[in-house]
Amino acid sequence: MAAPIIETPRSRPGGRSPRAGGNFELNSWLFMRGSGVLLVVLVFGHLFVNLITGEGIHQVDFGFVAGKWANPFWQVWDLAMLWLAMLHGGNGLRTIINDYATRAGTRLTLKWLLYFAVVVTVVLGTLVIFTFDPCADPSSTLSVCQAK
Amino acid sequence: MWTWVLHRITGVTLFFFLIVHVIDISMVRTTPAFFDRVMNTYKNPVVGLMEAGLVAVFLFHALNGIRLVLVDFWSEGPRHQRQMTYVVVGVFVVLFVPFLVRHLAVVFGG
Repeated sequence: MAAPIIETPRSRPGGRSPRAGGNFELNSWLFMRGSGVLLVVLVFGHLFVNLITGEGIHQVDFGFVAGKWANPFWQVWDLAMLWLAMLHGGNGLRTIINDYATRAGTRLTLKWLLYFAVVVTVVLGTLVIFTFDPCADPSSTLSVCQAK
Repeated sequence: MWTWVLHRITGVTLFFFLIVHVIDISMVRTTPAFFDRVMNTYKNPVVGLMEAGLVAVFLFHALNGIRLVLVDFWSEGPRHQRQMTYVVVGVFVVLFVPFLVRHLAVVFGG
């Protein structure tokens, strides 16, 4: 009895070369590891500063955010966290959709919804970080606004 | 196997929280009073407990993720993957317990 032929996992029917589509999947695999390591550092710092130091979650209000984003260091930190986390999470969900959504139509719909959510969230967050003005409210009592 | 399942579940959880979190922080572009009201939601004891849960979810995903990177890139990684799972659990406890003590004191300490 001949041994059954078992296809390599995730190979395409007909034995298409995995290289045929370029290196996208390899690059995304590498990106998950690289961005993951960076995110561990970024999110640990984020949680430590916002939840552990000072008064923890009780300190987080408009003035706290204004104080952080007055410093370009935290603007860049939060921007990097936003982009890396959304792309890391978006790519993770793309993998999960590919694994579990067996019908082509379902897969396409879910992926478009996912890409839409990623783009909207990244654009929204980026705009907020760069257009935030702590003194937009003329009646602001923040010390930084009264110095003007 | 269970770490693989947990990695997916925690990853999806973090992704959806991140979308919510970007939206709630975006309220900083409305008015200071409204933003503070939104942030007060996070200081509610029930939500405070959910935050602790979310930190647990993040910690597992982060530590298990480091283990995955070591399995993939460290030549000795695959041989030690099981021991590294125990290290993930150990480091998780070492980091999460002090966080929980601190965070619950903040949330319930008034």
